[in-house]
Amino acid sequence: MRLEPIASPSAARRIMPPVLAILATVLVASLLAMVAGGNPFAVLGLILKGAFGSKFALLETLNSATPLIFTGLAIAVAFRAKLWNIGAEAQLYAGAVLTVVLGTGALGLPAYLLLPLCAVAAMLAGAMLLLGPALLKTRLGVDEVVTTLLFNFIFLLFVSYLLEGPLKDPMGMGWPKSARLLPEARLPRIVEGLRLHWGFALALIAALVIWVINTRTTLGYEMRAVGQNAQAAAFAGIPVTRVILKTALLSGGLAGLAGFSEVSGLKGSLTSDLSPGFGYTGIVVAMLALLHPLGVVLAALFVAAIFVGADSMSRAAGVPSYLADIMLASALLFMVLAILLTKFRLRRD
Amino acid sequence: MSTTQKAQVVLRLQGVTKRFGPVTANENVSFDLHRGEVIALLGENGAGKTTLMNILFGQYTADAGSVELFGVPLPPGAPRAALDAGVGMVHQHFTLADNLAVWENIVLGVDHLTAPSLKPREVKARIRDLSQRFHLKVDPDARVGQLTVGERQRVEILKALYRDARILILDEPTAVLTPQEAEALFATLREAIASGLAVIFISHKLHEVMSISHRVIVLRHGKLVAERATDTTNREELAALMVGAEVSAPTIAASPPGAPLLSLRAVSTPDQGAAPGLKALDLDLCAGQITGLAGVSGNGQAALSDLLSGLIRPANGEMQLHGTTPHRWSPRTAIANGIARIPEDRHKTGTIADFDLTENAILETYATRFSRRGWMNWPKARAFAESLIKTYDVRCPGPDIRIRLLSGGNMQKLILGRVLEEAPDIILANQPVRGLDIGAVNYVHSMLAQARDRGAAVLLISEDLDEIMRLSDVTHVISEGRLSPAFARGTMRPEELGSWMAGHGFDSHGITPGGPDAA
Repeated sequence: MRLEPIASPSAARRIMPPVLAILATVLVASLLAMVAGGNPFAVLGLILKGAFGSKFALLETLNSATPLIFTGLAIAVAFRAKLWNIGAEAQLYAGAVLTVVLGTGALGLPAYLLLPLCAVAAMLAGAMLLLGPALLKTRLGVDEVVTTLLFNFIFLLFVSYLLEGPLKDPMGMGWPKSARLLPEARLPRIVEGLRLHWGFALALIAALVIWVINTRTTLGYEMRAVGQNAQAAAFAGIPVTRVILKTALLSGGLAGLAGFSEVSGLKGSLTSDLSPGFGYTGIVVAMLALLHPLGVVLAALFVAAIFVGADSMSRAAGVPSYLADIMLASALLFMVLAILLTKFRLRRD
Repeated sequence: MSTTQKAQVVLRLQGVTKRFGPVTANENVSFDLHRGEVIALLGENGAGKTTLMNILFGQYTADAGSVELFGVPLPPGAPRAALDAGVGMVHQHFTLADNLAVWENIVLGVDHLTAPSLKPREVKARIRDLSQRFHLKVDPDARVGQLTVGERQRVEILKALYRDARILILDEPTAVLTPQEAEALFATLREAIASGLAVIFISHKLHEVMSISHRVIVLRHGKLVAERATDTTNREELAALMVGAEVSAPTIAASPPGAPLLSLRAVSTPDQGAAPGLKALDLDLCAGQITGLAGVSGNGQAALSDLLSGLIRPANGEMQLHGTTPHRWSPRTAIANGIARIPEDRHKTGTIADFDLTENAILETYATRFSRRGWMNWPKARAFAESLIKTYDVRCPGPDIRIRLLSGGNMQKLILGRVLEEAPDIILANQPVRGLDIGAVNYVHSMLAQARDRGAAVLLISEDLDEIMRLSDVTHVISEGRLSPAFARGTMRPEELGSWMAGHGFDSHGITPGGPDAA
């Protein structure tokens, strides 16, 4: 028996990996729920109910999906061009820091400019953070996986320093926490009285914009060409280095927006636990979405639903909520496996 | 060794045939290898040498024919069978683990490194013994990662000898060696055959073949075209045999050349690894003329091709396009200056395998012709791809399928169409028909001839002398980055070109390399 590559997978076959991965994940979750002493159907039902069962639950899921859409898009954009950005976490925090600096009124900007400027500054901050590793990659051939990954730790420590020092809230009773944003710097809620903020709408718009860039613009074409075969792209005259740098700016900018959206839409101030690893979870989201920007929205909703649902499930069924982490990890593993399996077929000699 | 001497036949190939789709890699190849004999397997890239060895090693299964080792038929498709029967292969690209010691590398695959029965002291003693006997000086305790290329090759040979190989196959062993190292290798081989080994020596370096082998087997287009006892032949004959000496009557008539469209004056480029750069090269590509560039691969063709493609610029000397020196030089400026580029590797360089035909068709012109202000015009691009498919007879289900599904010939037609539609006045065709079936070959050739008749200057780089002689109006030979004088159509004899290809003639014509070893 051996594996044989499939030359032209059908549309059904290409859609198969995420479907297979999600099914396998549900199976693993059921088994683990049984081990933990729960009824697997009840546990899965409670997760679903916790994620979508009420208006409150649904909006909570959408809110949780928002940063994942941004970081998922950031990863999808970069991975398509084979720029392995593992640093969305740091880029998110960079966006958050700039949002706090401007949004607390440090520059005394007029109120109507505050919100858009915060967003733009957050994008720039994230973009700049990825530009460094991208330049190191194109100029010196330094592996961006290493630089972006390690920079996450450096930047998180830098954020801790800021929160203990220059950005520390003087009224914060000594907690490592920034001052609150001015009301004009807050993203309003979409419906008054409900927690869902405009960051979610912004994330949907971002997904649409990326989809349009990918399919309709020369940049999208160039990014794909560079990702698929940089040698052929260079031979054809596509400016490979410039395309990689543009990809880095776009990817970092999207991750920076995640930080802006979380601070301005949800939290209102910066703490060093703003992101429970959205930058890394974005990798899972992007992989589940097969790097498709609209798929990212669906994948982010799936992942957010698991987390939100598992929280409420654990209160009701007594099964630990870290079942969600296991589901997420197994979804990624199954996805990688399923992609491999749908690219090959098993052949008996 | 005289062929009348009755030595044991250790390897017998009979009627070995292997096809890949329409391409025949080996056709009815038969020969015997005797104990204590060195056979040189001579042939250009793509002549079928590697395929033949892969069949011997069970990587491929022959479509017809048989392989016998020491009188026993080799089961097809069993990679270990040849190894177990005593065949050792030294690949061109070494298969050693850099982080292990020499002796560990040698034992690897024979024993588990952690096996309790393994006694490093005895292993090393045996390696020292072998290395003394065969003049393979290397320290068994050294890390492979710290060895020179020549030393690594010795480890590979030791690996084979350690497994009691009785047949040694060396794939282009001297390609990576200095002349001194090559001399040492030959001393080893002489020792090996004296102790009864048989050797197959794959090469296209004629002087080595002459100095080490007893018999020469020449492959061309997968066929065994000649078998000679080494002492009855000479380099010129071998060169002619290797590249194809049948000179068919020129089917493409000569035409009066026009003005030079591209001129190189004393252009040099740096060496790229083992591949030589250009050495003070002078070349004129004239309108309405096909300039053929013959030569054994790896003699500077890649550097010249990269230069004209816009990938590299001259380190020294001057390049003139339409009488002016281009200010900036990149693939884009090359295309903008009317250079059509048909790259040597259509799979890796010419196309993007997972892009569809439309996306591949506009690869070079999307920015100028199929987009406005950064927005792609996909309907126009698709229409363009459809017109290419029609005009250039690309056989495919449609413009939306991925190009990896096309045959090499149809892929090449799309590339040809893509560049010819730009009405180029200079065409760089690097190995344009390698691996194509005869129909596609004729098509590509006639398109090049048509472009020439329209007034384009064509540079045809090929290792196939038949192709060069049939198409070219003038021919140069390239050897180690140097260019021979031009031969006009009809004035060149294959033996003479072969001699230039073998590196003779450059000194007597007062052409010396521009490198540091120039006297």
